[in-house]
Amino acid sequence: MRWAGDPEGGAPFVEADPARPDRLVGFDVEVAALVASGLGRAPEFVNVRFDSIDQSVARGDADIGFSGIEDTPARRTTMAVTLPYYEFREVLAVRDADAGRYRTLADLRGKSVATLGGTIAYEILLRAEQDYGIKPMSYDDDVHPYTDLVIGRVDAVLLDNVLAARRQKAMQGFTVQPQTVAIGHYVGVMAPENAALRDRINGILLNAVRDGSLERILRTWSVWNDDQPSLHAKLLAGEPIQPVVGLDTSTSVATASRWEAARRYLPSLLRASVVTIVLSCLSMGLAVIIGVMIATGRVYGGRLAKLALTGYVELIRGTPILLQLFVLYYGLAEAVRLPAFAAALLGLALNYAAYESEIYRSALEAIPTGQLEAARTLGLSERQVLRLVRGPQAFRLALAPMTNDFVALLKDSSLVSVLTVLELTKQTQIFATNLGSWVLPGTLCALLYLAMSLPLAWLARWLERQWRTLG
Amino acid sequence: MAEIVLQVEDLHLYRGARPVLTGVSLDVERGELVAIMGPSGSGKTTVLRAVAGLESFHGGRIVIDGVALTGGTHATKATLRELRRKVGMVFQFHCLFEHLTAIDNVCLAPVHAHGIAVPDARRRGLELLAGFGVEHRAAALPRHLSGGEAQRVAIARALAVDPPLLLMDEPTASLDPERRAELGALLRQLQRQHRTLLIATHDEDFAREWATRVVRMRDGRVNGTV
Repeated sequence: MRWAGDPEGGAPFVEADPARPDRLVGFDVEVAALVASGLGRAPEFVNVRFDSIDQSVARGDADIGFSGIEDTPARRTTMAVTLPYYEFREVLAVRDADAGRYRTLADLRGKSVATLGGTIAYEILLRAEQDYGIKPMSYDDDVHPYTDLVIGRVDAVLLDNVLAARRQKAMQGFTVQPQTVAIGHYVGVMAPENAALRDRINGILLNAVRDGSLERILRTWSVWNDDQPSLHAKLLAGEPIQPVVGLDTSTSVATASRWEAARRYLPSLLRASVVTIVLSCLSMGLAVIIGVMIATGRVYGGRLAKLALTGYVELIRGTPILLQLFVLYYGLAEAVRLPAFAAALLGLALNYAAYESEIYRSALEAIPTGQLEAARTLGLSERQVLRLVRGPQAFRLALAPMTNDFVALLKDSSLVSVLTVLELTKQTQIFATNLGSWVLPGTLCALLYLAMSLPLAWLARWLERQWRTLG
Repeated sequence: MAEIVLQVEDLHLYRGARPVLTGVSLDVERGELVAIMGPSGSGKTTVLRAVAGLESFHGGRIVIDGVALTGGTHATKATLRELRRKVGMVFQFHCLFEHLTAIDNVCLAPVHAHGIAVPDARRRGLELLAGFGVEHRAAALPRHLSGGEAQRVAIARALAVDPPLLLMDEPTASLDPERRAELGALLRQLQRQHRTLLIATHDEDFAREWATRVVRMRDGRVNGTV
């Protein structure tokens, strides 16, 4: 039995055994083993990103997904889901000093509240944004919401009690509020056509509830608590168990028609497009300024300046932009606490400045010596030669590659979602997760990117034509 | 006695270990049109470049209208600035600024290097272009000019700040016979206005017909004067 999970989610769900990193441990690992053995098969692990498990299972990469997957109306509509095997509570964590004043989401008007993207907790935050005016922040992992809470980047974290309890063991400085924001359940998830397999697995899970083997697994991982016996009793009695509802209490996105879903999500996609275009324009502007300074330094500077600037360019070009963003935002957090948008802006600008500087340097070096000598014999200073003769001609040469880079930056800006900036690609991913399909969200997202990049390409071509005729 | 505008004394210049100029001496008086002639590699263009301050030299001295450059030393910025007021240069391939119109090419130095007001610089620039018969091309970009037009604009650009000495490198290289004659007449006209011209050329006939004096160079030294 191939089962999908995300070891990045970590203990107690699925994680690499600290003693033997090639081996996986966690209660989801044991639940998967229990199910596999019930089916008379051997469990085979497939590593899939947490937010892609549904899609991956639906396309047949694995038979089933187990990784702290939540039981939601959308999932029930688009996938085959097992009986719930664990009950959790969404709980709010705040800094110790705020424990007295931020007890519920309603207390957090205007404050930023973090959670893991693509989860029901994020949907709950979106609803709280409408109801109470909080600012939802989406993270790609369940550790950084808490570290950012402690250092003050966010004011609260909403995650399930299992994750909150685990974080509390590892770090100090925050309090988990006793009130429950919502109750939810973990399920196994299968492709919708696998209903027969689901029924067999449900039988295996019920047996495990009945004979206490599920309880033993949960106790081993210290996640057995007072909520579980009542869940188990309901399961054995055959009582229906409601899925947890996030943003939409009337009809889930997944059950709405495709066009209705698109209509509902379009405003947030457009808002995310504004973030993308503003971020890209500001980053490019800054990258151009820094790039011009680097290029000028490399062409005119002393030996030491040239060496240092070449080192910078090679360092930036030789390392992944994702790593640079992580270092800037999380790595330097102890020393400089940049807000997410500023870190994203700076990260993209510093990265692209290295590439821009190479374009400008080669453009500057492409201006014939005769032009420079003619300018010098006329009595222009070196600075004037650069500003009046060399720079303007080099800029015309650089324009086409610069436009290419701007279009590339527009798309690379999607990487900043790792810093919790909610731009177009991230918003699309959230839409796709809720809808259980990538077709419509992907098409809308592509159209929005094209709507931004095509005019840029036209503008650049027009500018090139203008300068060719005007000089 | 006629006033000497350019004095070149015992000029030595090496590229690496290879000697390029080996003791060039030359005086040019105000109002002269001197042609330096010689085969390729004889050093005639290098003399022009050294006089224009584009090439530092290892020995000897150049004095242009009171401004001195000394071999083996680096000219200060102030000296170079002063030198640029004394010498205009027209390059073999004109080297007009490709992004500027003809009139903007002419006005660039007066406005930015000499602080002349834009309207005054334009008026003077248009006069110069008119004097050379190309004022109707004032708004054209260099790539839309013919070879002859581009050369005239380049001469106007070099003369825009009224330097006492004008240098020209291979001025007839890209001209047909008719344009050559026109250029000769134009240079004669400049000479009559008491300008001093030093040209480097291969063109024996042109030099004979239009120069007031021909200086011959061979292997980096002056070989004779006619």
